[in-house]
Amino acid sequence: MFEVIGERINTSRKLVQAAVAERDAEYIINDVKKQQEAGANFIDVNAGARIGHETEDMKWLLDTIQPIATVPLTLDSPDPAVLEMAFAMVEKTPMINSISLEKDRFDAMMPFLKGKECKVIALCMDDNGMPGSADDILARATTLVEELNKIGIPTNAIYIDPLVQPISTDSNKGTMVLDAVRAIKAKYPEVHITGGLSNISYGLPQRHVINRTFVALMMDAGMDSAIIDPLDAKIMATIKTADMLIGNDQFCGNYLKGVRSGAIES
Amino acid sequence: MLDFNAIIEGLVACDTEKVTQLVNAAIAENVPAADILNKGLIAGMDIVGEKMENGDMFIPEVLMAAQAMGSCVETLKPLLGEGEGRESASVLIGTVKGDLHDIGKNLVRMMMESAGMAVHNLGVDIAPEDFVAEIKSKNAQIVCLSALLTTTMPMMKKTVDAIVESGLRDQVKIMVGGAPVTQAFCDEIGADGFAPDAGSAAKMAKSFV
Repeated sequence: MFEVIGERINTSRKLVQAAVAERDAEYIINDVKKQQEAGANFIDVNAGARIGHETEDMKWLLDTIQPIATVPLTLDSPDPAVLEMAFAMVEKTPMINSISLEKDRFDAMMPFLKGKECKVIALCMDDNGMPGSADDILARATTLVEELNKIGIPTNAIYIDPLVQPISTDSNKGTMVLDAVRAIKAKYPEVHITGGLSNISYGLPQRHVINRTFVALMMDAGMDSAIIDPLDAKIMATIKTADMLIGNDQFCGNYLKGVRSGAIES
Repeated sequence: MLDFNAIIEGLVACDTEKVTQLVNAAIAENVPAADILNKGLIAGMDIVGEKMENGDMFIPEVLMAAQAMGSCVETLKPLLGEGEGRESASVLIGTVKGDLHDIGKNLVRMMMESAGMAVHNLGVDIAPEDFVAEIKSKNAQIVCLSALLTTTMPMMKKTVDAIVESGLRDQVKIMVGGAPVTQAFCDEIGADGFAPDAGSAAKMAKSFV
């Protein structure tokens, strides 16, 4: 099953930041409920944008969201101390967003993750920057899986983010990441592939069309999760439809359910 | 008298072949190389930048136009006289420490070079003290700081602070940019200008010199 990580509770979004600053619980609760109703499988919570307030903002957000959360949360911070606090506050096994191969981040996150029961997003980023080829992405994913396995995180709890890059700057950036995803899934059939999609369309007009088309291609390559806005009805409809087309929807049940509920329209 | 408009139109249409042809024809007609550069190519890229800013041209088209310009500049270089075609400003550009993203920064660099400025690209993950050292060694007038992450934005402030402490603040204009960066943040950290895209960044840099 494709897993949608709802990205909306992020203080870098203006309205969320205002709600957090004013401790407007109703706004946050409504937003989370809407994401859940739209089919989010995880709710990402990022409190990083109000510099100097991350700990208190994260705590308030989790206090606010936890009672109404019907799905697990994705705890989104680079700071192990914030994550440690957040981890203790959640009821369902959370997802951690994220570890990468950047030395500082890696060294900070490994002791935090060791021995914990959680899912983890692992970015194919290292100190050389963004990956430059499909082989490069595969090599980084391999290191991440091997290192995380060593500290007790099973492969099926790892969500590799291959880092989608803008097609506007290089026409081969689409195939680069598609090839990488295929190679990663061939090597580790149990690993999950996730990530943001909107980078692909950076610098081009009508971005949603590109994002939607791309998610379908990525799903065929093996992507089985994405960090998106679940209230974007069109991309959600594309995901449901693509999931059926690649053989993940027995008797087209979810597709038909989507049509009957009005979520999928021509 | 050559019609520079044709060169300008060729760049805006991303027609590399046409621009190359026109530039070669102009050289054959003994049009001064500096005029071809300034009134044709740079003027054309100014319009490309403006169109980018207005959402009428997009990154792949801007890349094509810049590539066309770049190859023509190579042809013109040996023909430029002493002091002609000299860059109009010395610009430093880099992504701040802790941040490894470079796509946006490289677009800004390209647009500034196309606008006739000498751009020294320091790369990514650049510490405040390295910006300071490079301002001295490159005698920079403009410093451009890039950050794509909310977690690395505070490093922009540290870099501005380091420039202030070094005593070089009055020598340079500081520009900031990157997805999470806003005008309000620019004002808050005491930078001189924020540009939301590469086209407006080049225009702003020109206005500073």
